[in-house]
Amino acid sequence: MAQPVLEVKQLQTYFFSAQGTRVVKAVDGVSFTLNAGETLGVVGESGSGKTVTSMSLLRLLPPAARIVGGEIWFQGENLLTKSEREMRELRGSQLTMILQDPMMALNPLFTIGAQIAEPLRIHRRMRGARLVERIKELLRGVRIPSPEVRIREYPHQMSGGMRQRIVGAIGISCEPQLLIADEPTTSLDVTIQAQYLNLLKDIQQRSRLAMIFITHNIGIVAKMCDNVGVMYAGKLVERGPVRTIFNQPAHPYTEALLQAVPKLTDRSKRLWSIEGQPPDLANPPTGCPFHPRCPHAEDRCRREVPPEFQVGENHSTRCWLWEGR
Amino acid sequence: MDSSHALTTTETFANQTVELSWWRRKATKILNGPIVSLGILAALLFVAVFADFLAPYPYNGTSRYTPEVGELRNKYLPPMWQARGKPQFILGTDQQGRDILSRLIYGSRISVKVAVAAVLVSGIIGTALGILSGYIGGWVDQVIMRITDAWLALPALTFAILLAAVVKPSEWNIVVILGIVYWTRYARVIRGEVLSLKERDYVRLAVVAGCSRLRIMWTHILPNVANSAVVIATLQLGVVVIAEATLSFLGVGVPSPQPAWGVMLNDGRAGLMTGSWWLSVFPGLCIVFVVLAASSLGDWFRVWSDPQLRQL
Amino acid sequence: MSDTLLEIRDLKKHFPVMKGIIFQKPIGLVKAVDGVSYSIGAGETVGLVGESGCGKTTTMKMILMLEKPTAGSILFRGEDVQNLVGKDFRAYRKGVQAVFQDPYSSLNPRMRVGDIIAEPLVVNEALPKAKVRERVHELLNLVGLRPASIDLFPHEFSGGQRQRIAIARALSLNPSLIILDEPVSALDVSIRAQIMNLLQDLQEQFGVSYLLIAHDLAAILHLSSTVAVMYLGKIVELATSEQLRVEPLHPYSKGLFSAALPTHPDESREEMILTGEIPSPLNPPSGCHFHPRCPFAKPVCSEVEPMLQEVAPGHQVACHLYTAVA
Repeated sequence: MAQPVLEVKQLQTYFFSAQGTRVVKAVDGVSFTLNAGETLGVVGESGSGKTVTSMSLLRLLPPAARIVGGEIWFQGENLLTKSEREMRELRGSQLTMILQDPMMALNPLFTIGAQIAEPLRIHRRMRGARLVERIKELLRGVRIPSPEVRIREYPHQMSGGMRQRIVGAIGISCEPQLLIADEPTTSLDVTIQAQYLNLLKDIQQRSRLAMIFITHNIGIVAKMCDNVGVMYAGKLVERGPVRTIFNQPAHPYTEALLQAVPKLTDRSKRLWSIEGQPPDLANPPTGCPFHPRCPHAEDRCRREVPPEFQVGENHSTRCWLWEGR
Repeated sequence: MDSSHALTTTETFANQTVELSWWRRKATKILNGPIVSLGILAALLFVAVFADFLAPYPYNGTSRYTPEVGELRNKYLPPMWQARGKPQFILGTDQQGRDILSRLIYGSRISVKVAVAAVLVSGIIGTALGILSGYIGGWVDQVIMRITDAWLALPALTFAILLAAVVKPSEWNIVVILGIVYWTRYARVIRGEVLSLKERDYVRLAVVAGCSRLRIMWTHILPNVANSAVVIATLQLGVVVIAEATLSFLGVGVPSPQPAWGVMLNDGRAGLMTGSWWLSVFPGLCIVFVVLAASSLGDWFRVWSDPQLRQL
Repeated sequence: MSDTLLEIRDLKKHFPVMKGIIFQKPIGLVKAVDGVSYSIGAGETVGLVGESGCGKTTTMKMILMLEKPTAGSILFRGEDVQNLVGKDFRAYRKGVQAVFQDPYSSLNPRMRVGDIIAEPLVVNEALPKAKVRERVHELLNLVGLRPASIDLFPHEFSGGQRQRIAIARALSLNPSLIILDEPVSALDVSIRAQIMNLLQDLQEQFGVSYLLIAHDLAAILHLSSTVAVMYLGKIVELATSEQLRVEPLHPYSKGLFSAALPTHPDESREEMILTGEIPSPLNPPSGCHFHPRCPFAKPVCSEVEPMLQEVAPGHQVACHLYTAVA
């Protein structure tokens, strides 16, 4: 069995403010594994900790945040023991990320060509004609027509969909092992989003790239991912293969999330909704963080934080309901 | 960014939050604020208000119970720690034998009154024009902006001196003059903010609800630009104090015998040549401290009121 | 057929594009909305769906009189709103209210929630303070917020709660029509369902009509009785949500259905991924604006613009595939 590309064990990232008196446990004991060619979807709402998780993997956290526990094994090496210099070599070449807003990701003052060239120059030391050829190849790979013309253009001359594809091209330019996509299609129109997701799937199949998709949209997970991790209040409350999660969700939150989304084929009058609000991470509820909103909450749920229980093959959940099954 | 190892001391943080007492948290908050600036300005305010009780002597000369003051035989006495100094005149006397300390104390009144009033006047004029210009737009905006441009083309201080020289010297005239010279910064900045506030959803919804333009400007726009206006005001405080001191120094400011610090500086010029340094240095120091305090308070306030600049 | 509350006829909004620094002259026209017609009945929900540049937001702004239409009429209870002045115009404002997309900029951060909700009342009616307070309590109750919220500020509430406050405000004058611009897209998934259910409940209780604007097809189909699909300033298909769900006719509608994300990994759908970008409204393609991206385009599509015609009762399409060329 080949070594997994990424193995995260009990990752904990906390935010400290007000001279260390306020601690927000943004990521609190998250573990998952990812193999080459697989796509993992990390689903959660605002405040669930999904973006902080991805930032922790790349070790690009704001000054107020610190990784206080856990291990991140990327291709057999623990990223948390690496120096900043070593991380810099990994970022952009082996381990890349694409973000939500392409306007923010691209520098308006540089041409497209210059921006795609940047990681190639730094990590692959490419120059001259070889570099230009590679850039054109990448642009063709993300289905941008007339790459020779585009190389000299600026971001503002392109549409949102094209910009996001360029961001994708920058992401895969050095043939990374792992690509993290944080809400890459939220700002795109529906039909453009469909094109883009198909493109990402294509790229992945061609190059055995491992991907992590961070999203709040389970539709993207249903379309793109092999495995799913559901996050709530900084904890991974359920993880497993995508079909299993959709067919037999174990955690009440997952179940509620799947039912709360209006479906195209649904003719029912009312939507299933979850009571209450996502919790305030500075003051999380005691015990299981979902208990105030859970229709099955018991006394134990209020007092103790549930550990991970196995539900099926590769399928586990953090819920007292599954103890001992 | 991280140092070479990402993990920090985990045990303390992983399992408990650090609980500080309410007192300690409040103290930390206060100590992180602008206490030196606030302290200086608070002291200034205190001195100005209670000048009558604090000053050992009246500022202008003879009084019925301390006939020593103001007698020419007491002129040019140095501060009390130097030779020839007398203990009853702590900071020395000026060319007319008046006590420097008392004059400084009474002078603070003028600085405070004029600075605060001028800042208020310029703030109100500038903010109002900025809001009207930004919200109503069209030709109103064009007219106001062209007036602002013309005003900015004039050198502020020189213009103030010109106006002050032309009118009858009095405290309130100075306030008005400083007020009408320094409003332009407010207008420009506030107008910029209003232009972007206009596009906010809640302003649009107010229009949909049927609010009149006046109501929108007063209820929706004004409270949301007040922050910026106050920031500008605190920054302008220092500018206005210097302007007033300059006017007084040149003799077109507050009329004598009122002991404005600028006037004292002017009086001290002759003394500098003869070695009586205390006539100029003490009022100069006062001006410096007040302006520094006002500027740093303004800077702190600007950072504090803008959540983006306040990096945790 | 319920009586028509609002009817828009051939509504157009063209923005001239100016060039020149000192002497500006128009060099082009952005036809943001180019001849849109539909009607909303009492107690009905009409949904407008489309992607960026389709003109749905501009249409909404014109109905709310935040933008002046270039041509066309907006009839509210039979009267053209553009001709109303004074008291009649105020009556229109009282009859039509709105809820916008971003819960964080819809509420004045410096006003208390009670004042925000009461503002339309205070501005339009001269009610004594006690009555106003009573009404605000009533409204807070209707949208599921605690009465103590009256004295709090917006920042003390979450996104979903803020949208409830916005809805309470919109209801304060008992309007006949509420225009909702992407009311749930900025909210968390678990909160969206709450708000959508709330909107349905309020409609049942008060018989208020909704004009719902969104890009999420599933949400539109769920909430609306009639749906208009817009593309580049025109309506390309107008049908009941049932008709659209069962058989979308226009290729663009089919594309939208295809592009919609599945709700299950095994869900298969007719794969019709549209190629190409959404064209710029400044330079729309000739004839049918959609033809460059249309997999079924015929030669006539690039020459003649199709008109919106009824092909089945209550189902209109603007497409040469279904309608005879005039």
